Amino acid sequence: MTVGIVSYGAYIPRYRIKIEDIARVWGDDADILKAGLMVNEKSVPDVDEDAATIAVEAARSAVSRSNLDAQRIGAVYTGSESHPYAVKPTSTIVAEAVGATPVMTAADFEFACKAGTAAIQTCMGMVSSGMIDLGLAIGADVAQGAPGDALEYTAAAGGAAYVIGNKESELAAIIEDTYSFTTDTPDFWRREGMPYPEHGGRFTGEPGYFKHVIGASEGLMSKLDTKPEDYDYAVFHQPNGKFPSRAASMLGFSKEQIKPGLVVTRLGNTYSGSCMMGIAATLDQAEPGDRIFATAFGSGAGGDSFSITVTDKIEEIRNNTTTVEELLADPIYADYAMYAKHKGKIRIA
Amino acid sequence: MIIMSVPRFWRQQVARYNLVGTHCKKCGEYFYPPRDMCPDCRREGEIEDFKFKGTGEIVTYTVIHTAAEGFEGQTPYVLGIIKLDEGPQLTTQIIGIADEMEIGMKVKPVFRKLGEDGESGMIYYGTKFVPA
Amino acid sequence: MRDVAIIGVKNTNYGEHWGRDLRDIVVEAGVGAVEDAGVAGEKIDSMFVGNMSGGQFVEQEHIGALIADYAGLAKNLHVPSTRVEAACASGGLALRQAIYAVASGIDDISIAAGAEKMTDVPAPKASSALAAAADREWEGIMGATFPGLYAMIAKLHMTKYGTTSEQLAQVAVKNHLNGQHNPIAQYRKSISVDSVLKSIMVADPLHIFDCSPITDGASAVIVAPAEIAHEFTDTPIYVKATAQASDTIALHDRRDITTLDASVAAGKRAYEMAKMTTSDIDMVEVHDCFTIAEICAIEDLGFAKKGEGGIVTENGETAIGGRIPVNTSGGLKSCGHPVGATGVKQAVEIVEQLRGEAGKRQVDGAEVGMTHNVGGSGATAVVHIFSRNR
Repeated sequence: MTVGIVSYGAYIPRYRIKIEDIARVWGDDADILKAGLMVNEKSVPDVDEDAATIAVEAARSAVSRSNLDAQRIGAVYTGSESHPYAVKPTSTIVAEAVGATPVMTAADFEFACKAGTAAIQTCMGMVSSGMIDLGLAIGADVAQGAPGDALEYTAAAGGAAYVIGNKESELAAIIEDTYSFTTDTPDFWRREGMPYPEHGGRFTGEPGYFKHVIGASEGLMSKLDTKPEDYDYAVFHQPNGKFPSRAASMLGFSKEQIKPGLVVTRLGNTYSGSCMMGIAATLDQAEPGDRIFATAFGSGAGGDSFSITVTDKIEEIRNNTTTVEELLADPIYADYAMYAKHKGKIRIA
Repeated sequence: MIIMSVPRFWRQQVARYNLVGTHCKKCGEYFYPPRDMCPDCRREGEIEDFKFKGTGEIVTYTVIHTAAEGFEGQTPYVLGIIKLDEGPQLTTQIIGIADEMEIGMKVKPVFRKLGEDGESGMIYYGTKFVPA
Repeated sequence: MRDVAIIGVKNTNYGEHWGRDLRDIVVEAGVGAVEDAGVAGEKIDSMFVGNMSGGQFVEQEHIGALIADYAGLAKNLHVPSTRVEAACASGGLALRQAIYAVASGIDDISIAAGAEKMTDVPAPKASSALAAAADREWEGIMGATFPGLYAMIAKLHMTKYGTTSEQLAQVAVKNHLNGQHNPIAQYRKSISVDSVLKSIMVADPLHIFDCSPITDGASAVIVAPAEIAHEFTDTPIYVKATAQASDTIALHDRRDITTLDASVAAGKRAYEMAKMTTSDIDMVEVHDCFTIAEICAIEDLGFAKKGEGGIVTENGETAIGGRIPVNTSGGLKSCGHPVGATGVKQAVEIVEQLRGEAGKRQVDGAEVGMTHNVGGSGATAVVHIFSRNR
């Protein structure tokens, strides 16, 4: 049964902070950090932005890109690790703001950085089964990283939204298959009520990221009997620039294949938005017939791989709204003090 | 802090999220914020809901340095009056760099937080504007 | 309808009354006005109290009864007392109700008082209470403040008409010059254009010295039928017109952001009622809650062409000794702005001027004076015209 992407949209706040400005505060060497992380700057939300506003902007962009009747959307699932409410869904806010309510279902997802791709998989199942006409899956975060923690250099804000459907004539990209690889691996977590996540340091690498990204990726290629050379592009979860580059080379993908989707150097890690933003950036420039391989990773831990083929429809919808490249252009640079104000790190009352 | 109370905010939520106002079918006037009574036609008016496109221009604006209660963390912020393309005017924050703004500048809507009832209360979302 | 006169007036000092409650200051003003008129308590038929926000400033509603009680008019005399509210125009409206009561023939002696006790709450809370005079649902929720709303009027006025920050500052400078000579004024010192322009920005283009202060204060006047006014005073001041008008609550819904149509309408009604024109008016107390508000007011009331309020101010035409002296009391800016009291204080100033009792701020030969009191950003306007001559 055919299932795929009817439309997609992305949102990135306009503010950025450079690694140098964070390093200066903590006495770190910016050059070493930039080389090690392969990240030069990261996005910063405005004072009035959170995961819900970002999810709405991304979702509205997706709906407008294909000029969809939002009433066709039967499910809205938002993946985030920074949902504004612990209890009360972000997804109802999104659904109301895109005009999909009231005959639909909604829920919030959480699986560290892959909650958004889990939402895509759920929507794939629901449209394929005929439960719904269209599903809206979003990954959005105003990523948290404790001041002074290594995460602070990369934790960014942004999100991407995908409308999933199964009417072949309206698919901009066909998702041929998806494959997940999941174990209970506590490499990164945030306890209820805590403002910042904790992580296992280097433990997040081999037993976390690489095991699950490689596991899912190899699993899908083996299932589909495809090889890296069969794909024009590849996107991997990008907590920094180094991890996805290394995962690509371990799997046999080239630097050229991952380049269009490797937005982390200018964006940072948008957590639930990370891999989905990379796919969006790749769709922004892929040609009909191109194949995209994508693997998201979520700590805790699991990998979700997707094999995607772009259709002719992409050219019709691509330029109807803002591209990821346009969202990355024309930033306003914040210094650390303004960043702290925007992130609510300055207590006023 | 402007404590809205949940039902007070909720009943205008769609208007605030999606710029849904009203339109008088009799005289053709558009209203945002929404009005249930046309000020020109009064009881003869025929009011219906109307979703505005959201594009418009800046009529006037100010940069607020001494904030309203609950907005202390946002100063300086730009407050403006926007004229929507369909005609009505509304008060809103305009997001962006104050020095780059001017009267007559075209704007478009964005979805933002309007406020919150402290750390544990409800978060209010709605529409603000950015230079188009 | 009977002709009506003011036979007694009193202001408390305007400022920060740390040691006194709302009820204390109103009673001082009320008793002072009664003494000024030489009227016995038993003669008082009714009382109207202008108060904008007792609920938010001192957590007290039912202000009418409270004041009657503490003025000694409740327990034995049971004088009917009514609180009147129209934001910052509450005082002007209280006066208007007293005039109605007497003019109708139902009451003979009526007290119009206005009072606000604003310093019992922190400044941000006071600002928030004041912001409730705007549209809470569609202005306040977006972060609008009162200085912010008037700043938007100023910005557009400057863009459309070339009004300058210096001209705005000159309103403040002139009002402080007048206020210096008003013994009840909150700020009795002169300021310079430079000090206004160098004061901190509140809402661009309005600096803090473009804004009226937070003030405690009360004012009261005694209203009586004209035919018996001479029983109480040698110089009754006659009410020639009382007028009021409404406009949209939100600034964004106005026909023209730079014109307060309510002021225009109330002014027009007042001139018609008094059978007068602007040239008959010797002086005017206008609602200068912000400097731009005075510029709009003199335009809207016809003392300057639209757009020329700044130039007229710059030319000194609104100073004492000028073509049309404006805000001889010091206005809201220098005298202070206890929101519910201001409208009554404006009448007290005109009465003192027309009686020739205004000391160093006296306008020579003043025969006719006007007051202009505004609620919100212009949703309510109240205009009165007073004369020495019946």
